[in-house]
Amino acid sequence: MADRPYEDIPGTWIFDAERARAGYHLNQFLYTLMKAENRKAFLADERAYLSKFKLSEAQREAVLQRKWNRLLELGAVVYALAKLAFTDGRSYQYMAAQMTGMTEKEYVDMMLQGGRSPEGWRFKSQRESH
Amino acid sequence: MARIVAGVGTSHTPAIGAAVDNGKTDQPYWQPVFKGYEPARQWMAKTRPDVIVMVYNDHVNAFDLKMIPTFALGCAEEFTIADEGWGPRPVPVVKGYPELAAHLVQSLVLDEFDMTIVNEMQVDHGLTVPLTLLCGAPAEWPCRVIPLAVNVVQYPAPTGRRCYQLGQAIRRAVESWEEDLTVVVFGTGGMSHQIQGPRAGLTNPAFDKAFLDDLSRDPQRLTGIPPIEYLREAGAEAIELVMWLLMRGALGAKVEEVYRFYHIPASSTAVGNIILESR
Repeated sequence: MADRPYEDIPGTWIFDAERARAGYHLNQFLYTLMKAENRKAFLADERAYLSKFKLSEAQREAVLQRKWNRLLELGAVVYALAKLAFTDGRSYQYMAAQMTGMTEKEYVDMMLQGGRSPEGWRFKSQRESH
Repeated sequence: MARIVAGVGTSHTPAIGAAVDNGKTDQPYWQPVFKGYEPARQWMAKTRPDVIVMVYNDHVNAFDLKMIPTFALGCAEEFTIADEGWGPRPVPVVKGYPELAAHLVQSLVLDEFDMTIVNEMQVDHGLTVPLTLLCGAPAEWPCRVIPLAVNVVQYPAPTGRRCYQLGQAIRRAVESWEEDLTVVVFGTGGMSHQIQGPRAGLTNPAFDKAFLDDLSRDPQRLTGIPPIEYLREAGAEAIELVMWLLMRGALGAKVEEVYRFYHIPASSTAVGNIILESR
């Protein structure tokens, strides 16, 4: 197996070949949301729209429930995932805040104060002590 | 002879484009960003390049996951604006320079850089936000643009060193074009940022400052930064900074830094802007 040192970074799913393979159909579904008529069709009947793509059961449920981190874990690439948030009329910032478990206001405030320091966020072992 | 006179490093955060498109540039959140870019805009208006080589990355807009070119050069007459999920940005169509782009491809491939040739593609915020930041909101963009899309979406992106070397080859290619043209190379994306997962919102101003400093002082150090260091120290999406090294490689050995701006935040990113003139 390929060397994957980035798997030791906490709170992060690097989109590599392995995730790209697992997430291929998921990402191709998300890509269709670039068209206004597809966004409309998806929102009108999400399950029916999703049935046209070869998603795993876990991927389908995660889309329906907008479980952003779970989708990253199951192979979504974040730029494609953003199209789902936009389809919902949400901002990128809204989705990013949800990924961190913060409210959008808490997230915006953190950024206004300079963002998240890398201290304590470099290795998974640093999070286990928290 | 065509000449590369300068390079511009700049973030391409989509929220910056949205702020302009929605008339929010005077809001307290955004005002420092646009004020910080004002000198760069003036520099651009004074320099008046004929052509921009825009090094950027597509964000699953022109390229879905069917094909992911590592280095793709846009050779079309024009590039329309992608609908990234909320409608296309209301900015002018981007005019290319197919003759020069074809020359670049030929020169680069014979120089052993195996480029992907793109004759039709849409462009996204990665390319249009830098134009907005440096050129404002004109009815037509003031110069022609040759897009150079770099894969930073699926790991691994090309290394910083490889990007730097491609920049050097672009300089050779541009200088072998007979027409008198002023060319500016843009390296876009970054700076430190992570926009995914529980670690989203990460920034690293010390990393960014050292990166900005060494673009002129010690670019060789920067070309040696391994991918894992960008990811771990500066955030999963900070790998975009390899595109700034492509720009730096195109400027020749000696450069003078003529402007720098740094600000946190724009949405989830640390915003950086630098102008380097070839000497």
